[in-house]
Amino acid sequence: MTTRNLGIAESLREAIAEEMTRDERVFCIGEDIAVPGGWGGAFTVTLGLEKKFPDRMINTPIAELGFFGVACGAAMAGMRPIADVQYGDFLLLAADQIINNIAKMRYMSGGQISMPLVMRAPVGATGRGSQHAQNLERYFTGVPGLKVVAVSNAYDAKGMLKAAVRDDNPVMIFEHKLLYGSKGARFEPGAVDATSDIPDGDYTVPLGKAAVRREGSDVTILGWLLMLHYSLQAAERLAAEGISAEVIDVRSLSPLDLETIGASVRRTGRVVIVEEGPKTGGVSAEIAASVMEECGEYLRCPVRRVASADVPVPFTPVLENAYRPDVPRIVEAAREVMQF
Amino acid sequence: MTASHSAPRDIAWAANSDAPGFLLGLYERMVMIREFEDGVKFLFLEGIMPGTIHQCQGQEATAVGVCTALRTDDFITSTFRGHGHALAKGLSVQELLDELFGASTGCCKGKGGSMHVGNMAQGMVPGIAIVGGGIPVAAGLALAFKMQRTDRVAVSFFGDGAVAEGAFHEGVNMAAIWNLPVIFVCENNLYGASTHVSRVMRDTHVARRVGGSYGIRAEQIDGNDVLAVYEAAKTAVAQCRAGNGPVFLELLTYRLTGHSRRDPCHYQPKEEREEWTAQDPILRFGAALVKRGLIDDAGLEAVKSRVRRDFEAAVQVAQRQPLPTTNDLTTDVFA
Repeated sequence: MTTRNLGIAESLREAIAEEMTRDERVFCIGEDIAVPGGWGGAFTVTLGLEKKFPDRMINTPIAELGFFGVACGAAMAGMRPIADVQYGDFLLLAADQIINNIAKMRYMSGGQISMPLVMRAPVGATGRGSQHAQNLERYFTGVPGLKVVAVSNAYDAKGMLKAAVRDDNPVMIFEHKLLYGSKGARFEPGAVDATSDIPDGDYTVPLGKAAVRREGSDVTILGWLLMLHYSLQAAERLAAEGISAEVIDVRSLSPLDLETIGASVRRTGRVVIVEEGPKTGGVSAEIAASVMEECGEYLRCPVRRVASADVPVPFTPVLENAYRPDVPRIVEAAREVMQF
Repeated sequence: MTASHSAPRDIAWAANSDAPGFLLGLYERMVMIREFEDGVKFLFLEGIMPGTIHQCQGQEATAVGVCTALRTDDFITSTFRGHGHALAKGLSVQELLDELFGASTGCCKGKGGSMHVGNMAQGMVPGIAIVGGGIPVAAGLALAFKMQRTDRVAVSFFGDGAVAEGAFHEGVNMAAIWNLPVIFVCENNLYGASTHVSRVMRDTHVARRVGGSYGIRAEQIDGNDVLAVYEAAKTAVAQCRAGNGPVFLELLTYRLTGHSRRDPCHYQPKEEREEWTAQDPILRFGAALVKRGLIDDAGLEAVKSRVRRDFEAAVQVAQRQPLPTTNDLTTDVFA
């Protein structure tokens, strides 16, 4: 089988194009898409798709509440929209439609309605100050009726987007700005290589499943998006010290794949959860509590969280770097749990 | 609207509005809504019915006039005040009552309740109870209809209060720039909950503001004249089906009941309330029908009695319908 090495932006673009070709109900709706000479969304994901699908790339006014409502209505009427925001922070403008309508419509209609709607949002602290930087995962993982995933490599990005388009439920996909591409047009300081060898032909990656990215026996490190990459780097350093870390890409933030996570924790008995975003009220709190309920009796020591400080995202690089969990802090946390 | 204190004003007879069956059908549907709402209010105040209620006594002409101009496969979005829209769009008294009683036979299996009644097979999205929330959703339904190359139309019902929401501006603007087949129906009953429109709008002529701001046709209609509403809706529907939407209709009406629950409406001046009570849409249309010789007072009374009897029978049934089991708590979250 032949493969091509692609970054996340390119693999998402391929996935969208393939799904739009496969199913004419699929369309894109968002800001600054389908503008000739434009950007293809804030991060080039939809670049050029308007040439192939001139009628199914809906460029909207700057009206997140409105166009998420439009996507909601279109999904109810049998279309399969892919709605994206330029920055995850803007999801808060659309939160009424997402939380009150998109997530609840099936339930409060007594099962009459399907809501096949994909939502995409770039997150992560990247030198843009406080309002183009937040990790919004925490605000959506606790909403019944939503599936929430976070993609950390190009293979998953393509396969999970395709799975999301084919799912009859609303799916929120979080993407990280530092993972779209580490070379060329998408380069920015701090970008990490998240390219994958993408096979030719159709494939999907199931929603709802975590992935073991590195096997190990001493400690389970859980991360997603950029933190997954940092966790893998930490595992490499820990290996040099003789500590065998198992690294799991949580990937499905709602629902959590407690089967995969639990199986690992039962073997290692030690857990470090790494989250970009303030520690208080984060997704890692939910994961920690779930691990306690699922397999707490297997733990040899308390669960450790490595997360950001409880502050807004600062601009100046020295503070932003202090805000974002880094490899040394993950290594240190793993060393600490190894004391038990 | 200058409402006369004394007699109910005549209605706007249209050239083709002389089919007796059609006219009496409009009347009966309005009476059905009034009897439903009055009956439900009693059941609620007696503590027989759970939950909370937002009712539309006095606004029956808007729901019936608009929905009569629609096909079953046209869709409406509604609000927390949606009983009248539901009955006008073809939902049955029984499925609504069952829903209000929380029965599993209700239109939303008892999971929606009063504020979220709907039936997709009848072309009604469950009520969206966040003010303005249904406006962009209706635009989205219309976008789908357009992309699917059908001639279906979406209608969004909302109150004067929704005009202040960002969702209103965003939804109407997008419908306008994309020529979507959607009719925005603002039921201006002068109050957002207890707050009079004059406290929240510098210019209270909503249609003028919309027409001037969004580049779409916007019309202000006597919302207590069911035929005037119907004719305006029919024209708007034809415009949308021809690909020339959207259209905005402001229907001037008045709520003759509380905003919700036990609201005694002390914020509605007595004078104002009396004027509008005299222009009750059912009273007006009934009197007009009698004046035209299409029915007499005894006939009107017979309609009311028949409708009330049917309602009371439906209440008896609803109270015996099966309730959901606790197993149903976690179903219908995902497809």
